[in-house]
Amino acid sequence: MAQAEEVKHDQALPPYPEKATLEGKNKFLGFWFFLGGETVLFASLFGTYLGLRNGVADGPTSQELFHLDLVFYMTMILLTSSLTSVFAIINMKKGNYKGLLGWMWATVALGVAFLSFEIYEFWDYTVNYGLGFSTSAFASSFYTLVGTHGAHVLFGVLWISTLLIRYAKTGLTLTNAPKFYTASLYWHFIDVVWVFIFTVVYLMGV
Amino acid sequence: MDPHVSDPSAPLKGGPSKKTEKKLAKEARHQVVSFVFMIFLTSVAFLTVASDTIPNRFAIPFILLIAVVQVLMQLYYFMHLNDRGNGWNNIMLWTGIFVAIMTVPTLMLLIGVIKF
Repeated sequence: MAQAEEVKHDQALPPYPEKATLEGKNKFLGFWFFLGGETVLFASLFGTYLGLRNGVADGPTSQELFHLDLVFYMTMILLTSSLTSVFAIINMKKGNYKGLLGWMWATVALGVAFLSFEIYEFWDYTVNYGLGFSTSAFASSFYTLVGTHGAHVLFGVLWISTLLIRYAKTGLTLTNAPKFYTASLYWHFIDVVWVFIFTVVYLMGV
Repeated sequence: MDPHVSDPSAPLKGGPSKKTEKKLAKEARHQVVSFVFMIFLTSVAFLTVASDTIPNRFAIPFILLIAVVQVLMQLYYFMHLNDRGNGWNNIMLWTGIFVAIMTVPTLMLLIGVIKF
């Protein structure tokens, strides 16, 4: 056991700490494979929504429901959180671990803000407009698409928080660099999906 | 392999080399510029829809184009898909996009028009 302690020599920061080990390279490649699959998942939900969005039965229509100002705030919050996670990764490559943690916490905070807006939005639709999950085909496909995205944001918030707490005191290592890096890729992907949601669902539905 | 280099739990010390530092500064500049541009594009898309004077047959293709531009900026400037050593990552993602492009109109037609 004493020997294992001795192995922990400090080492110099490589230019790409997230790809310096084989494990990091594998994580990186596998994560992009996952993102390709996620693209298809969201495509199927988008296709379903676009096919069913006019089937409002006797329930409220998208024109009655959507408020552009709320969606605009949500878009700006998520876009800014994308930038904060970019800053986190730049700090990681500079070897500034405190900067990495700080910008990642900012990303988590913006993610929580986004989620609160979305919960308020769904609450508003359900309570004030009477749009339940099974009110109409439009309602089901809308809640499934936007809700799946919201679930991804929630998962991202929990994932990044876990990393931040687990690695609060270890400093940057070759083990946690790929973890932070893939988490930031995931976060960007959430923003990519949201760009299509605000365009296809909200802007085309007003 | 040198055991010092292969210990993944050792804290990484020191800063980047001058060359890397320069590259990072340039990267950060590009990213901030693309962020400002994305904010601008998003605002244009919202304004296009909010103004009643622009007809839908123009507005919808226009905001879809804006969305595609924004997503490409995310993928290439924020997610570094254009960096070296990202060949397979590009193949993975673009395969997903290829299937997605066929999935969306298929589902739109099957459940929106043919109505099984």
